[in-house]
Amino acid sequence: MSAVLAPAAGIGAAGDVLPHLDWLESEAIHILREVVAETTNPALLFSGGKDSIVMLRLAEKAFRPDRFPFPLVHIDTEHNFPEVVAFRDARAAELGERLVVRSVGESIRLGRVRLRSADESRNPHQTVTLLDTIREFGFDALFGGARRDEEKARAKERILSHRDETGQWDPRNQRPELWSLFNARLHKGEHLRVFPISNWTELDIWQYIAREELAVPRIYFAHEREVVERGGLLAPVTPLTPAHEGETVVTRRVRFRTVGDITCTCPVASDADTVEKIVAETAAATVTERGATRMDDQTSDASMELRKREGYF
Amino acid sequence: MGTGETLREFTTLRFTTSGSVDDGKSTLIGRLLLDSKVLLEDQLAAVARTTARNGADGLDLSLFTDGLTAEREQGITIDVAWRYFATPRRRFIIADTPGHEQYTRNMVTGASTASLSIVLADAARGLATQTRRHAAIASLLAIPHVILAVNKMDLAGWSRERFDAIAGEFAGIARSLGLARVTAIPLSALEGDMVVSRGENLSWYAGPTLLEALEAASPVDPVTALRFPVQLVSRSRFGEKADRRAYLGRVESGTIAVGDTVVVRPSGVEAKVAEIVTLEGTLEAAGAGRSLSVVLDRQVDVARGDILTHRHDAPAVARRFTARLAWLDRDALVTGRRYWLKQGTKSVRATVDDVLHRLDLASLTPDASAQALEFNDLGLARLTVASPLAVDPYRANRHTGSFVLIDDATHRTVAGGMVEEVARD
Repeated sequence: MSAVLAPAAGIGAAGDVLPHLDWLESEAIHILREVVAETTNPALLFSGGKDSIVMLRLAEKAFRPDRFPFPLVHIDTEHNFPEVVAFRDARAAELGERLVVRSVGESIRLGRVRLRSADESRNPHQTVTLLDTIREFGFDALFGGARRDEEKARAKERILSHRDETGQWDPRNQRPELWSLFNARLHKGEHLRVFPISNWTELDIWQYIAREELAVPRIYFAHEREVVERGGLLAPVTPLTPAHEGETVVTRRVRFRTVGDITCTCPVASDADTVEKIVAETAAATVTERGATRMDDQTSDASMELRKREGYF
Repeated sequence: MGTGETLREFTTLRFTTSGSVDDGKSTLIGRLLLDSKVLLEDQLAAVARTTARNGADGLDLSLFTDGLTAEREQGITIDVAWRYFATPRRRFIIADTPGHEQYTRNMVTGASTASLSIVLADAARGLATQTRRHAAIASLLAIPHVILAVNKMDLAGWSRERFDAIAGEFAGIARSLGLARVTAIPLSALEGDMVVSRGENLSWYAGPTLLEALEAASPVDPVTALRFPVQLVSRSRFGEKADRRAYLGRVESGTIAVGDTVVVRPSGVEAKVAEIVTLEGTLEAAGAGRSLSVVLDRQVDVARGDILTHRHDAPAVARRFTARLAWLDRDALVTGRRYWLKQGTKSVRATVDDVLHRLDLASLTPDASAQALEFNDLGLARLTVASPLAVDPYRANRHTGSFVLIDDATHRTVAGGMVEEVARD
């Protein structure tokens, strides 16, 4: 690791400005601690993806040597990449923290979720399972790794986002958030979604992963994979997502920029096989993270906003 | 950018943009992002598609910053939207806030965390009532640096006289509001002159472009007094010594160092800093903005809501003070009613005893006959809190001088407050 990546030593003089990553890190730690102090039953969403890996590191920075004052929660579509699920379990075990997994598949088997067709993406249906899980455990705050640079609807989200007793988000009626004074007051049945890394960009995430030397699932790095070209994206060919009739399966060198549900997450062509190369590639990227990888956001300009209103992450 | 560039340590500038509905604020931000080459292919393609659907040619730059369905339909920004971009010199966070009259609340929200404010004026139409209001909010929120962007110079014949007249008039307003640092820049968001590149039409102007001014602005908070509000107390198995407490928090201003004698406010108890702890290890000293844990050399009574500070510049401890209030809720202020007041990490019961004046937003003059504050009003009020608070005047410290009021029935954040004068008990 090069010297410039090391965290700055204790800054002495008042008036010095914290370097960018240190400032982002301290802000996120502050938010984690504020919400833990002001809510009674928080939880942290951990999927094994890069943003939630950074969230776990920030939780360590905020609370170690104590245990985390919250469990880790994953809403599993059962359509996740096996490497990512294995990573999720290994990381939770390594930290010695409790991991709660609830699955969309179970919600389907119970009839809580009904798919319009068998091959429909389970991604939007995570909302039902998520809200059921919140009720089951009585969580009043959920930490998530969403970032405002991901998508236009996210750009307007507060750091503490209030959800009513049905889990809905009302973008026209958000609590104003001034200075770093967060209002965590809730009525019974309501909860907060809390986004400590709101101000981070995709590049910040990778620079932080490099600086902190954090492990990430292998599929983030360039590897050979069978794909088909579909709608300008490279769709992975897996048992869950076979090639459509008439499509040609090709093997390409690719990596994933996000590792969500297999049915709606696409890799990008890349030779970046180290974190440093990913940092360089991200800095030079010409397409947004979601634009390059997510089929579910392409349906319409406003599709993320509609899902968020209904209680999505 | 090569790898070497991207790994360099950057500082971050947070700034806010305010303008009237037709000042071209969205176009200006679009131009700033486009010419800084931070917009990506799919974003450009989406805007080109929407521009064509609206029956226009090329790129409608204002579309880059339109976020939610409702505002896309109305064609105006209705909330604070956060934008992120970087140049080889620095990172930026933009709080993009609406200029529409009824949305003072969003402007105050965006301004509260900003180190710089861009106030837009229309070169053809001159300073609008709202330009004055935006300047007043920058002053109220104590934003250290204001840029007056005189936009639409293309519609004013690129006239130096026109620019000088507007900049001169604004300088007078800035003086009366006590704005210390003002930079006026003539530009055209539509044509691009003086936003990122200098262009060809404003050769008489020798000052910085908008981007140069943003890259040069200082984000430094010049406050030297230590303010360390305690967020949490950790009592369990910290280090190897049993029963040692660590106080978790963020240094909001000043510097804390091992060996310092610190005073706990409001109790007044003193102790020495034994250790400053982070996950990476201990530090000798730490400055503003850093989250860490503090261990003291003796067992003292410290709880969430207390502030660690130095004796020579400790804040006043008081139950009564006057404060500027920005009323943010549709339910008007009720004097004598109890609200929750949150300042730093402390929440206390508070009442607003009386309204001293309400600011007339058109003339910017105080109206002393006002009895209450309504949605989007700014005013001065007298408050009493149920237990003593360690507070600074907002002008001296934006962290310990600021608070929010929360309605105890609806739990909505109803006001932002800036302490004006503290009554010594």
